[in-house]
Amino acid sequence: MVASRPAGVQPALRFLTAGSVDDGKSTLIGRLLHDSRAILSDQLESLQRRAAGEPVDLSLLTDGLEAEREQGITIDVAYRYFATPARKFIIADAPGHEQYTRNMVTAAAGSDAAVVLVDITKVGRGARYDQPLELLPQTRRHALLAQLLRVPSIVFAVNKLDAVPDPARAFHAARTALLAFAHQAGFTPAGVVPVSALRGDNIATPLDVPWYGGPSLLQLLESLPAGGSSHEAPMRMPVQFVGRPRDGQAAGDAPRVLWGRLAQGRVQVGDELEVFPNGAKARVRELLRAGRAVAQVDAGASAGVVLDRAIDVSRGDWVGAAGSLPGTAAFTANLAWLDTEPATVGRRYLVRHGHRWVAARIVAIEHRLDIHTLVPAAAPSLAVNDIGQVRVELQQALPLLPYSVDQAGGALIVVDPATHRTSGAMLVLATPSQASATGPLATLSGRSVQA
Amino acid sequence: MNARTDSAWLRHPIDDQHLDALEEEALFILREVAASFERPALLFSGGKDSCVVLHLAQKAFKRWGSDGWSGRLPFPLLHVDTGHNFPEVIQFRDELVARLGERLLVAHLEDSIARGTVRLSHAFESRNPHQTVTLLEAIERHGFDALIGGARRDEEKARAKERIFSHRDSFGQWQPKEQRPELWTLFNTRIRPGEHVRAFPISNWTELDVWLYIAREGIALPAMYYSHQRDVVRRNGLLVPVTALTPALDGDTVERLAVRFRTVGDMTCTCPVASQASGPDQVVTETLTATVSERGATRKDDRSSDAAMERRKKEGYF
Repeated sequence: MVASRPAGVQPALRFLTAGSVDDGKSTLIGRLLHDSRAILSDQLESLQRRAAGEPVDLSLLTDGLEAEREQGITIDVAYRYFATPARKFIIADAPGHEQYTRNMVTAAAGSDAAVVLVDITKVGRGARYDQPLELLPQTRRHALLAQLLRVPSIVFAVNKLDAVPDPARAFHAARTALLAFAHQAGFTPAGVVPVSALRGDNIATPLDVPWYGGPSLLQLLESLPAGGSSHEAPMRMPVQFVGRPRDGQAAGDAPRVLWGRLAQGRVQVGDELEVFPNGAKARVRELLRAGRAVAQVDAGASAGVVLDRAIDVSRGDWVGAAGSLPGTAAFTANLAWLDTEPATVGRRYLVRHGHRWVAARIVAIEHRLDIHTLVPAAAPSLAVNDIGQVRVELQQALPLLPYSVDQAGGALIVVDPATHRTSGAMLVLATPSQASATGPLATLSGRSVQA
Repeated sequence: MNARTDSAWLRHPIDDQHLDALEEEALFILREVAASFERPALLFSGGKDSCVVLHLAQKAFKRWGSDGWSGRLPFPLLHVDTGHNFPEVIQFRDELVARLGERLLVAHLEDSIARGTVRLSHAFESRNPHQTVTLLEAIERHGFDALIGGARRDEEKARAKERIFSHRDSFGQWQPKEQRPELWTLFNTRIRPGEHVRAFPISNWTELDVWLYIAREGIALPAMYYSHQRDVVRRNGLLVPVTALTPALDGDTVERLAVRFRTVGDMTCTCPVASQASGPDQVVTETLTATVSERGATRKDDRSSDAAMERRKKEGYF
């Protein structure tokens, strides 16, 4: 059972940072780590040695690999940890190069928030802010990607305000442009926050200026929601692991424990559950959590479910409230392609959904998004770092839900069966039941598919 | 000075909830390993991180009752013994494994030396980096396809980029540029024969989280993790323990100090820190006020260069 949390206590926030090489992203992360005292003196000394008398460059805290230092770039997503007295944080630090869209996709998957860095020195024509500001393509791209990947909160951090002559007007103009852009793109930012990562302004301590009365970046991050699982929806749980009968009991009569993490809803002892795909039904006799019996388990937590009778259930199956697991073998999805070998229509891939691996084929590429504007255009294939909308057919039905409704129900990875590389990330947009009644339909035990 | 000394940090309600979330993630990963692989093993050295992972494994697979844990882990434990481990840690390891009724496999670095697959340049060379050879030999001999380890991303910057399920090629090597993107919790567990995966259930834990959890759960550790009197000499800012393998040299001043170990590895490369902490709660307090990172304070092997860990990891190190 999830312990009820004391008022005001928020679960850890996992956020990604998006920004290009010169936007000051590494400096911002270094600043967050430094100001929250997650950087210890031996790590600072190492920076001081490298700085050789110059001011310490906090951005160097985040470059990890030798290969990256040699090339002066960040190759891969890195994870950083810091905490304030109010909350703990995990940063998924995604490099901002255009060719590394895949890193941003990786960092965004499962993140609660995205902080998009905006370099104020690069927007605006000279120092004039009386005309509408034009945002940089990468700012638009990062925000649109975060939105496409359904990161719940998107924050704009307007950086380098120490480097412009009139920060009040610059920030106001940038804020106006960002809000207009977000409105046009169809989302409401969780905040637009002025910062100077270099000086540490408005990172931890709020700015004391007449032109900004909002929170500091850390105050805003402390207040954002985390963990999106819905407790109210019907219960759905993918079966991860089937525990063997306990020692000393014959395999035939001892009930097995079905372990899995609840995607949605909650389960209580006595609930009737249905198994996907075979449709068998049984009641919950006992619930376990971390080795102990409990009465209830909520979405987001793992449960060990012991049923009141022996029915056929294995890893990859789902259990859930009756009627909550309609099966679908065809769907449309946003596909982010991560492999240097392009996505090929008609080829057999493996996809993983929940705990099940299924063969799948891309039937058609409906369009590819322009990575700067996200405007759709026709395309014969998807290359690395491309994102597009595809139609997919599965070898066997899965209980899919749109990603916007449920992350676990709508997320799949694509694996190349020849190389075993993780080639793509799929976010389910719609199954035939949600779109039209046309197209191939697979139903669970012959029942009609319901949304 | 950049220590977290605010009293608000101590025993804050965020801790318990945060630990619950970390525990949930770790149990999920452990069950994923057990369900996805034919022959997994849990790397267990008796060190604090592996004690935490072993405790998590009990919670993932066993059942707690009036007479302790019942049931058995779905994988054996594996320890790579350099022959230079602290004897008290080996004793702790064996007693714990016997108490839990689990199966422990020990791969001895001495055997690799006897086979000629490990060649030391001199008798007192640190055996730590050579563990990799013995580990890979054990993987091959037992046919392991997944190894569960206690590495954490906060330990070291090469580890900050490590996946939770980290693919190793048939030479056991880590290829940082070829890492598989890891999306949501849809781990790519597909490998070819001869390849294996390293799985890290406490990737997202920090040193502080580990100590908070040890305190909360009452996890037993070797006594050297807490303050005790020990003969040490000061060398390059480290307190080097005086042992049969690391004797005091001419000109060294041997001091007897109250110390504890923050990490426990090979005797030749692990150093204690001055400490009065007699239990996990006091270690939590000291960790909150620490000004030097875990590896910076204690490991001779990571001080050699900025990329020391990255290079060892590429070769197949833990």
